[in-house]
Amino acid sequence: MTVRDRPAAGGSAGGRVATTVVLLGVVSLLTDVSSEMVASVLPLYLTMAVGLSPVAYGFLDGMYQGVSAFLRIAGGYAGDRGGQPKWVAVLGYGASALSRIAMLFATGFAAITAVVTADRLGKGLRTAPRDALIAEASDPKTLGRAFGVHRTLDTIGAGIGPLVAFALLALVPGSYDSIWVVSFAFATVGFAVLVLFVPNLRTAAGTARIGLRRAFRAVGGRPLRRPLIAAGLLGLLTVGDGFLYLSLQERDDFAAVWFPLLYVGTNIAYLALAVPLGRLADRVGRARVLVAGHGALIACYLLAALPSGGIGLTLTVLMLLGVFYAATDGVLPALVSRLVPAEARGSGIAAAQTVVALSRFASSVTFGLLWSLHGPAWSLLLFAGLLVVTVPGVAWLLRRADRAEAVA
Amino acid sequence: MTARNRIAGLLAVLLAAVIGAAGYVWKVHRDQATTLAAASAVAQGGDLASLRARPHLVFRSTALGEGYGRVAVVPLSDPGGPRAITPVSCERVHATGAGAVCLAAERGIVTTYRGRLLDTSWQPVRDLPLTGLPSRARMSRDGSLVATTTFVFGDSYANPGQFSTRTVVTRTDGVVVGDIEKFTLTVNGRVVTAADKNLWGVTFLDDDTFYATAASGGRTWLVKGSLTARTATSVRGDVECPSLSPDRTRVAFKKHGDLPAGKWRLAVLDLTTGVETELAETRSVDDQAEWLDDDTVVYGLSRQDSGSASSDVWQVPADGTGEPEVLVGDAWSPAVVL
Repeated sequence: MTVRDRPAAGGSAGGRVATTVVLLGVVSLLTDVSSEMVASVLPLYLTMAVGLSPVAYGFLDGMYQGVSAFLRIAGGYAGDRGGQPKWVAVLGYGASALSRIAMLFATGFAAITAVVTADRLGKGLRTAPRDALIAEASDPKTLGRAFGVHRTLDTIGAGIGPLVAFALLALVPGSYDSIWVVSFAFATVGFAVLVLFVPNLRTAAGTARIGLRRAFRAVGGRPLRRPLIAAGLLGLLTVGDGFLYLSLQERDDFAAVWFPLLYVGTNIAYLALAVPLGRLADRVGRARVLVAGHGALIACYLLAALPSGGIGLTLTVLMLLGVFYAATDGVLPALVSRLVPAEARGSGIAAAQTVVALSRFASSVTFGLLWSLHGPAWSLLLFAGLLVVTVPGVAWLLRRADRAEAVA
Repeated sequence: MTARNRIAGLLAVLLAAVIGAAGYVWKVHRDQATTLAAASAVAQGGDLASLRARPHLVFRSTALGEGYGRVAVVPLSDPGGPRAITPVSCERVHATGAGAVCLAAERGIVTTYRGRLLDTSWQPVRDLPLTGLPSRARMSRDGSLVATTTFVFGDSYANPGQFSTRTVVTRTDGVVVGDIEKFTLTVNGRVVTAADKNLWGVTFLDDDTFYATAASGGRTWLVKGSLTARTATSVRGDVECPSLSPDRTRVAFKKHGDLPAGKWRLAVLDLTTGVETELAETRSVDDQAEWLDDDTVVYGLSRQDSGSASSDVWQVPADGTGEPEVLVGDAWSPAVVL
């Protein structure tokens, strides 16, 4: 059987998204149901059932972000080097799936930490090769839309996960083991779809077998240097969602009552807009949409910094945050994947995502510090101000990125 | 592999996943039902109306079975005897001779919370503004003031800087005094404006003065506040969840000291001499204590065996002597009504 996609060949601008992209979207959906089920109950489980203080957990969580970022680059490079990104992705998804069932046997802080780490590492490993597969399977002209479709499916899974978890806890109170088992079942089906149906697209890298030096040159090279700097600058000024939600609940009771569900509002806007904005990016330029998305972020900060809120303002902030993610999350890999030579695509995407992850982590630490010193409104206004200054500079850095997409 | 084989393979995995997961959950569900049925029922009985006339203890009954989570009443003359179960369910309850305050959770996919004032026959009088997970509830001695503490973000104050509480004081006639976290907080002579400041665990001295816990930057203080002046001023460090004795000369509280995060020691502070006495209870107590009389402190303690959803109310002498004893089994959130 051949579920073969013909990259570039058939896809007219109005054509359908490649089967591989949809399949990878389904894999992500099932895996995200699985991982968000666990993530949503983990703090509760650690404090209520295991009796641990989350302080240590929070600290370790930060450390693993760093390890995961490193593994992300390794995954991207491994996919490029072997020319078989599918099997690197299989390894990553497999590690996460196995970590679910390991939760059944993990007792004590060290064991649970090890299991959670295995999951994080799996996620780090799989992201870049998966995005490289999406890029490989898609028509370059509709790449933005392809990433949009994938991220939409992914987000649906992330939305369903917590609901499944809390429905389970309502049915069998206190039975966290049931959550691990059901989560493992979702992950296993996702893993089976990946292994059985996603074609092992031989990327151009397969014949080139690029060495580390070559990959490094491709990533650090002229076409990618400016987009990476731009992504880093913007990431440094992107405040974590948690801080925004916190500042919303400080000023109005609507946001406080619905605090645990604020992310759903953002996800709905993201779901509705990921594909349309991906298409827009294909049409008017990916760099342009990426930059414009930060306009929504500035508006978001300004509205969140107002002294008093209300339902309307809170919903507007959530919607703007969704617009921001829809304009950036899938658009960035779409942009980057066309700027690097095909044989270093995975490495390039991984580099961009790592820069974003690390700079956002640095931003969260800084913002958290400013928040405790000067309060949310002051800090948000400062970040909004810095963004207003930075965004035009980034637009200048990226001015040629849309036209430079000729390498592939 | 042919297309047919792949599809057959996926169906096999899908079937195994669905049957395995559903079977596991079903088994757990059945086991839980069996355990519940086998749980030894606590003795119930007594007339709510006549109990009102005698000194009694109001608490949340945590005995597994039908009455789980309901507010119950026992006479102080026989606290271990049969309990009278009221029609209301609360996570946290406090009562005086004039009425009661009940913080309840309505569980579902989205859990919402409700605060209510109840009259002496446990009928709702008025809803209170309430946001977040119920933590503490306290009424003033004459029943004219009520304070509620909820976690808006985070589920415990065990992790400094990672939680946010909201503590609202309301007059029982309906006038909302306000969120005491908005009051001017002065610690050691300096006004604290840090965004991470939190106040919780109110205990009322009179119609205007209260004591509570203030926290900022990972430290806690006992503060003395005024509702009319809208101020709170630090009295002493490392005091959480104070509770005034009936003679108003001492507070029972949780002391963190140099214990690991999330652990506390029960202690009593003499407000006039400043002398602090650690009580004989050596297990970690996470509760706002209550006074049985001027010599005895009562508090809730979760069962130590893992997975247990139950807890007991214990008593210990207030002068650091003696041994802790169970006052009422399968109980939580005690309130003494004389």
